[in-house]
Amino acid sequence: MNFPILSSLILLPSIGALFIFFVRSSNSQYQSSKYVALFITLANFFLSLYLWIVFDKSIVDFQFVEEREWISGFVNYKVGVDGISILFILLTTFITPICVITVNATIKNRLKDFLIAILILETFMIGVFCSLDLVVFYLFFEAGLIPMFLIIGIWGGERRVYSAFKFFLYTLLGSVLMLVAIISIYWITGTTDVIKLYELGIDAKYQNLLWLAFFSSFAVKTPMWPVHTWLPDAHVEAPTAGSVLLAAILLKMAGYGFIRFSLGLFPDASLYFVPLVYTLSLIAIIYTSLVALMQEDMKKLIAYSSVAHMGFVTLGIFTMTQQGIEGSIFQMISHGLVSAALFLCVGVVYDRLHTRLINRYGGLVSIMPKYAIVFMVFTLGALGLPGTSGFVGEFLVLMGAFKKNILVATIASLGVILGAAYMLWLYKRIIFGNLINEDVKKMVDLKRFEIVTLWLLVLPIIFFGFYPEPLINSIEVSVANMLDMNNLDKINKLALGE
Amino acid sequence: MEYLILFLPLIGSIISGFFGKTIGDKLSQLITCVLVSVSALLSLFIFFKVVSSGYEHNAIIATWINSGSLNVNWSIKVDALSAVMLVVVTLVSSLVHIYSIGYMSHDPHKPRFMSYLSLFTFAMLTLVTSDNFLQLFFGWEGVGLCSYFLIGFWYKKETANAAAIKAFIVNRVGDFGFALGIFLIFYIFGTVNYDEVFLKIPEIIDQKINFLSFEFNTTDLICLLLFIGAMGKSAQFLLHTWLPDAMEGPTPVSALIHAATMVTAGVFLVVRCSPIYEYSELALSVITLVGMTTAFFAATVALVQTDIKKIIAYSTCSQLGYMFFAAGVGAYNVAMFHLFTHAFFKALLFLGSGSVIHSFKDEQDVTKMGGVFRKLPYTYALMVVGTLALTGFPFLSGFYSKDAIIEFAYISETKFGIYAAGIGVLTAVMTSIYSWRLIFKTFHGDYKNKDLSIDTMHESPLSMMLPLVLLAVGAIFSGFLFKELFIGHDTMYNFWGESIKFLEPLRKEHPPTWFLFLTPTLVVLTIPLSYYLFVKNTKIVDEIVSINMPVYIFLQKKWYFDELYDQIFIKPSKNFGIFLWKKIDGLIIDKFGPDGISNLVKLFSFKAVKFQSGYIYQYAFIMLLGFSILLTLLIVK
Repeated sequence: MNFPILSSLILLPSIGALFIFFVRSSNSQYQSSKYVALFITLANFFLSLYLWIVFDKSIVDFQFVEEREWISGFVNYKVGVDGISILFILLTTFITPICVITVNATIKNRLKDFLIAILILETFMIGVFCSLDLVVFYLFFEAGLIPMFLIIGIWGGERRVYSAFKFFLYTLLGSVLMLVAIISIYWITGTTDVIKLYELGIDAKYQNLLWLAFFSSFAVKTPMWPVHTWLPDAHVEAPTAGSVLLAAILLKMAGYGFIRFSLGLFPDASLYFVPLVYTLSLIAIIYTSLVALMQEDMKKLIAYSSVAHMGFVTLGIFTMTQQGIEGSIFQMISHGLVSAALFLCVGVVYDRLHTRLINRYGGLVSIMPKYAIVFMVFTLGALGLPGTSGFVGEFLVLMGAFKKNILVATIASLGVILGAAYMLWLYKRIIFGNLINEDVKKMVDLKRFEIVTLWLLVLPIIFFGFYPEPLINSIEVSVANMLDMNNLDKINKLALGE
Repeated sequence: MEYLILFLPLIGSIISGFFGKTIGDKLSQLITCVLVSVSALLSLFIFFKVVSSGYEHNAIIATWINSGSLNVNWSIKVDALSAVMLVVVTLVSSLVHIYSIGYMSHDPHKPRFMSYLSLFTFAMLTLVTSDNFLQLFFGWEGVGLCSYFLIGFWYKKETANAAAIKAFIVNRVGDFGFALGIFLIFYIFGTVNYDEVFLKIPEIIDQKINFLSFEFNTTDLICLLLFIGAMGKSAQFLLHTWLPDAMEGPTPVSALIHAATMVTAGVFLVVRCSPIYEYSELALSVITLVGMTTAFFAATVALVQTDIKKIIAYSTCSQLGYMFFAAGVGAYNVAMFHLFTHAFFKALLFLGSGSVIHSFKDEQDVTKMGGVFRKLPYTYALMVVGTLALTGFPFLSGFYSKDAIIEFAYISETKFGIYAAGIGVLTAVMTSIYSWRLIFKTFHGDYKNKDLSIDTMHESPLSMMLPLVLLAVGAIFSGFLFKELFIGHDTMYNFWGESIKFLEPLRKEHPPTWFLFLTPTLVVLTIPLSYYLFVKNTKIVDEIVSINMPVYIFLQKKWYFDELYDQIFIKPSKNFGIFLWKKIDGLIIDKFGPDGISNLVKLFSFKAVKFQSGYIYQYAFIMLLGFSILLTLLIVK
């Protein structure tokens, strides 16, 4: 492989950002900077699609690996993909252009800077999903905070500064421990190269502490209960595109981290901490579903539902079964699509009425039938109806969980009932009923660019609901290898006394 | 051909749903009706093929989920059981489609309505033709979704929306059990395909499993969990509350979904899983108990309701109870037979009541009707046919199927068989009373509607009457014609083949002759009795009511289930949600978490600021202090 395709994927958005930076920022040129951004992100999407096509799904090893010396003798810039990371890259490159399309309606000032922030963010996000060196991963992982912090802090709502700082503090505090852990790993093993670390393994006596350090960072990002309270605030204040990126991709970095690093590097510790993760995941599922039920703010409701959905993800990963982990990955991709779509839907009505309060709406189906249809699809995706992608992930996770712990699976399944309750109630309050408010009557149905973006999300949600094979096929070998490599399945069975 | 049966309704739904505005009301009605009717004709063809040659076929459409050891396909499985369901579903569906043209003629959203109906038909077909539990679950939730859409079809009505959500959520509670059942099946067998599971069942009959700290026999547990799903979908006791509310939807919907097809999915599930249930005595006893309780409970409530559709809804609930206790005593084929005949006469009753409601300009209260049998002669006659069939009047369809259930319960050797038979007779009498009460209150006595003049009453259009006539034919003859095929002592094994499993052949003896004549006699006798009570001398009923007021209110409030659930589930959940949000998230996590930390930092920096006062004597003093402490430490050392 001569052409550095992964580095191109990482760098392309940044180059675009640089280009936009030099475009003169008179009003008339705002449009052109948007087209540049759209062009770049689309190019990136097709590049990653190409990557997915040429990627050999039957091979266990990382592919397209690039390695360059960076800090001599310490850190190498090393990137590569396996079946798992490639899906997240695709998700990233798919969601970003959609965000770019929507900026017109939501961002009124400093559009150019906003686009630059989004493009830089894309660089970091893709970087996270293909780093094969702990230090490189850490840098990308943390650097992603900065553009997001700016997006919330500059283009956010009224309480944007409070939310931005809350977001920053939470995530940074978690990550500091991870940095310490990475340095310790270097001291212990003499390398930060992930592939080498997989081969070497880390002594069991260090694993628990290191696992906890990584966990503190990932738990905040996921977010898991009880460090989830930054998410509703961040979502509520963030502009639509920010919410979309946050929910669709930034949260997934943690889930990806759990699989790649927690399971991959610290298998013994992962096993040791299974009860902890189960407990926190169950609390997340039930607790946040109940909280979501009572929300009066649409964005908060969806934010809380994200916490519940990510609870299924963490639960599935730590079942350490083929179905559980595949289900988690599928759930992350699906949630990436569905939550992005739901935040876009909120954005659509927010742009028209400038409020997120649920009770200000009602009866929209009479005047916005097109909106009602797509919103319905996303609602169904969120509540995990069979035939949508949401079902496949949730069901696989629960199947995996049932194999390991019946009680846990039973409690988690209760979340499925609550999920239906809060989503359908939300839908009913916004879409159905009589048109009462005068200003709501003046709202207009979806514009063309909204139809395009929302249907772009409808299609994969339904397609992968009926035919999830392309995604599952892509991760099958990698997940099996992950379980095999660390003997997780066997250790697991021993622990259960099977 | 199987493909056509399955996908024609879907195609119709898509055309009418997405292009309904473009192609217009007429064309979308025509397309959906034709496509579903073709599907019905093909189903009939398949059915006769199954009857004549024992045709069986399992067509794999595509892979669905393939994860590790879990392999699930989209499939169309045709055997005797699914052929019966195919006929019931597509036949009733096509008649309801046609009926809807007339019934919804004043509605502005006709294409949407037709689209939902066709979509429902598709989902129901995927349910019955599945060859694995996961596709079954897909269809299961799919019909639930369409039911949600159709109950809430008139989206401006607050009550309709509430009923739609209620139906979905209560079904989800059932599905929760169902899903756990599927997980357990996958856990035990490593597969969710019927054939493989059914094959392996005998190997695990003695296996035990610990579920939520209770020790269960694995087979029992699988059966019970699946049955929870069946209870939700078939509106059995405790999970029945959604069905009466579902009457908020348009009447054709009630006929199709909440009488003939969807609600019978639970019965279908139990029959389909007969190879598992045969090994679980516990589960069968539970099914019998739940079935008879529902049959009895729903009939008592139906006695006092005044909404014409709610009476029929409770009647449906009650009849589903019959089907379950038939399955519970091991007579799966009889359960299917009752499902089959019930589809005809119950759809007939619903559509007939729809015709009445249509004539009364959307009035549903039977106390505001009466005396119109001359004005609506055809509707009246057809409703009477439906009622006769439902109550089991000799030689009509209900007579064959319902009496067979009671007989099989009587002769079965299971624990509750004899009780079930007793309840069955009692309920049959109540069924007869409430059904005739409905007829007499609606069509006889004085005309009691103040808003509409009796002269405005007129029969419904042909598109509505034609399906009624066809259903009436079914209600009259389906019992007599298919009796041998479905429940004949020797012929039926031939027909059902592998699709229903009987561990031991059903017993052939008959109950005593007096018992055979008991139910029909009682049923016939209640007709003049009801006429006397509800038309001739209504004072007696009023008197009975006024003496037993608490009982009357208890029944009218439907045993207070809604109020009870509201108090123990809904309100606590909401309050708990608010508590977690405001108190735990807001007051504890945030206060001691991020806000706490940032306040702490602020506090310290505020204190630290004070050190930098700028006064030289303060700095000098602190230096001196530090110096002396250092010195002291050195000296002490």
